[in-house]
Amino acid sequence: MQELIIIAITAALLSNVVLSQFLGICSFLGVSTKTDVAVGMGGAVVFVITVASAVAFGLYQILRMLHLEYLDTIVFILVIACLVQIVESFFKKFIPALYKALGVYLPLITTNCAVLGVALTNVQNKYDFWQSVVCGFGTAVGYLIAIVILAGIREKTANNDVPAPFKGSPIVMITACLMAIAFYGFANLAI
Amino acid sequence: MKNKHLDAIYNGIIRENPIFVLMLGMCPTLAVTTSAINGAGMGVSTTVVLILSNMLIAALRKIIPDGVRMPAYIVVVATFVTLVDFIMEAYTQDLYASLGLYIPLIVVNCIILGRAEAYASKNTVTMSACDGIGMGLGFTVALIVIGLVREFLGAGTAFGITIYEASSVFEPIAIITKAPGAFLVLAMLAALQNKFKMKSATNGVNGGKEKGCASDCESCGTCK
Repeated sequence: MQELIIIAITAALLSNVVLSQFLGICSFLGVSTKTDVAVGMGGAVVFVITVASAVAFGLYQILRMLHLEYLDTIVFILVIACLVQIVESFFKKFIPALYKALGVYLPLITTNCAVLGVALTNVQNKYDFWQSVVCGFGTAVGYLIAIVILAGIREKTANNDVPAPFKGSPIVMITACLMAIAFYGFANLAI
Repeated sequence: MKNKHLDAIYNGIIRENPIFVLMLGMCPTLAVTTSAINGAGMGVSTTVVLILSNMLIAALRKIIPDGVRMPAYIVVVATFVTLVDFIMEAYTQDLYASLGLYIPLIVVNCIILGRAEAYASKNTVTMSACDGIGMGLGFTVALIVIGLVREFLGAGTAFGITIYEASSVFEPIAIITKAPGAFLVLAMLAALQNKFKMKSATNGVNGGKEKGCASDCESCGTCK
């Protein structure tokens, strides 16, 4: 149990998926203009990554039985693509408002490197089933925290007087830089 | 530029440089540019995958049904990435260790799927290969430049050779080679491009939609 908590905290804060591993930057910078949309995107990512790490674990066991470990990248990316389709249909049917708000970004989760990144990390670290799921969940929560904080800051600073060359994406990246410095502090949490 | 093959290569390196102009593939750009050598390694491996996948997709462009083209492209790209992954693990162990996870993650690099969709699915094998060479070289050059800047400011070295030592006048800014520095350097780069009104996805010349991966949705199509 204690080990699982350590894995979750490490994944969420110490090696934050966006701010220290740079996975999922596209949606992190793209969908972070409004807090509620950011929460929706983060929620979708939490769901997809948690399920994907569980499914990827099962698949890897099958691949290992057949001695086909080298196919892991191909198999994982295809399964993730299918999973995103399922989540998309689910949102379309049951939460249409959120589906509309997320728009083009939902399919983007397929190419969100975080999902594939977690699946591959789990394999590399030889995690068992629960460790994989917890690591996936923790990573996704880290993504959720980062994107919601960034969206909050962007809402607050939307009307600020930013120097002309820094308008648009440069100031967002400066914000991300300052957040990364803050998260860098977690690296000294000794657990 | 009369030769259309050379023109396709030139286009990728200068006019539509994937990083400086199209702003594609931000994840590896931020992650592996801690040093010029890492940037070069990532650039070259991505280039190899890009050329091979562009060629195969162009060769198969009339066979792949339109409805399943995305999964088909992903399988093609993932196959070549797996090959490159094994080759690097066998022959360039140091580089493989420092790039680690980012090698298999070439699969989800926007540049590769973007070029497959925007270029290779509509052009001949030779032209697609040239496009792959151009885009790949453009990506490599950009990664080396960003890597050099970060390495020089953050560690006082270039390609691993010491340029200056820490002194009372100037000390290497260690954080530039760490995670926050990546965001900072990229932000400065984008700001410079805005300042000099250079064509780039970030300053609105290219459609102006604010998206980290690619404002160039018309030619990318990954999200459609």
